[in-house]
Amino acid sequence: MQKELLVTDAQTLAFETNCHLFKDCGFHAPSVWSFMFEPLFTIGPVEFNKPMLLAIIGTFAILAFFWAGFSKPKVVPGKLQMVAEALYDFVHRGIAREVIGKKGEPFVPLLVSLFFFVWMLNLWAIIPIAQFPVSSVIAYPVGLALVVWVTYMTVTFRSNGFVGGIRNLCVPSGLPKPIYVLLTPLEFISNVFVRPFTLAVRLFANMFAGHILILIFTIATWYMLGTVLGTVYAGASFIMTLILTVFELFIQALQAYVFTVLTATYLSQALEEAH
Amino acid sequence: MMYLAAEKAQDPLLPVWPEIVIGLICFGIVFFVFSKKLLPVINKTLEERREAIEGGIEKAEAAQTEAQSVLEQYKAQLAEARHEAARLRQEAQEQGAVIIQEMKAEGQRQREEIIAAGHAQIEADRKAASSALRQDVGKLATDLAGKLVGESLQDHARQSGTVDRFLDELEAKAEAAR
Repeated sequence: MQKELLVTDAQTLAFETNCHLFKDCGFHAPSVWSFMFEPLFTIGPVEFNKPMLLAIIGTFAILAFFWAGFSKPKVVPGKLQMVAEALYDFVHRGIAREVIGKKGEPFVPLLVSLFFFVWMLNLWAIIPIAQFPVSSVIAYPVGLALVVWVTYMTVTFRSNGFVGGIRNLCVPSGLPKPIYVLLTPLEFISNVFVRPFTLAVRLFANMFAGHILILIFTIATWYMLGTVLGTVYAGASFIMTLILTVFELFIQALQAYVFTVLTATYLSQALEEAH
Repeated sequence: MMYLAAEKAQDPLLPVWPEIVIGLICFGIVFFVFSKKLLPVINKTLEERREAIEGGIEKAEAAQTEAQSVLEQYKAQLAEARHEAARLRQEAQEQGAVIIQEMKAEGQRQREEIIAAGHAQIEADRKAASSALRQDVGKLATDLAGKLVGESLQDHARQSGTVDRFLDELEAKAEAAR
């Protein structure tokens, strides 16, 4: 109760008020505040919050699942191993081999980890009680994009040497010479700065927007309850919530896939021989 | 839900370092376990499975080849057996014909023998009957003549062979008449 006194109007959601349609009460749309959490506890300067907890639980959920599937593998697989193998095969064959080819074999663990980690972070959005996509907190996509960027740069310079690496990053082959004056700086900026930035922001923005969409319809369902007409509206809003939840389920997997495929594409380009 | 009670909302595009660190640590754990433990283990199993499948195919091929050779062998044996059977049948037929031939010859011989024996027997019987008849007829004739003459002509007739001579004459006449 005391907390409510401290919370400003913008920070409140309709859930926490008895605010309903036709009762001289405004709709409290979800805002940036929907993504800010009070720390569960604090260690020195570090505030430990809900997304962090979800990230940690998610990590162990992934490991528990694959550990159960893979730790004692059988040549004739059981059901769980079969599912785990199918998922692994999807990334191994569907992404690593498809995008990079035979040379992609050393990067399979990275791609597999990326795909399932991102997917898990996204999946929290529709898991009851949690109901918050960890990847809508920009720090997590940024961290992963950093990992990808470091790998991308390392592979570029390791497989091409320093000069070759620069050429790989700045000079796309097979174009008329005058174009290079314009294209070289653009390529450099695109490959070195824009790529990791868009990689992180794409994932963040998709999950952020998805979470807001679900929030809007969930809150609206609550807000419009109370009167007969309002309940009809609320029903429609609730159905929208369900539809959007299914849609988000799809988007979550898709974004994990996109993140992994783009990583694979960058690595594939890094491994390319200079012409 | 709990919301931060700060006065100013934090910029959602500004990453906070503790969250980056937590994210990296979590990802690091996932990556470490996958790359060091789970993926090598499952790759080994997948390789084993591939080998098992290939081995199974090889085994099946070997079995098929063996089955093929056994079938050919069996067919050859069957053909040989048929050939042998035909040969045996032919032989049996030939032997049968020979045996029938022999039996026929043997039957013929036995028949002739029996007929010859019969003829001899009949001849002997006839001779015996004829000699007995001759004696009886002679005796009857001499007895009758003796009664007519009044004395016994028995000894005389025997000594002189009159009766025999007469009968021989009769026979000769009968022969001539025939």
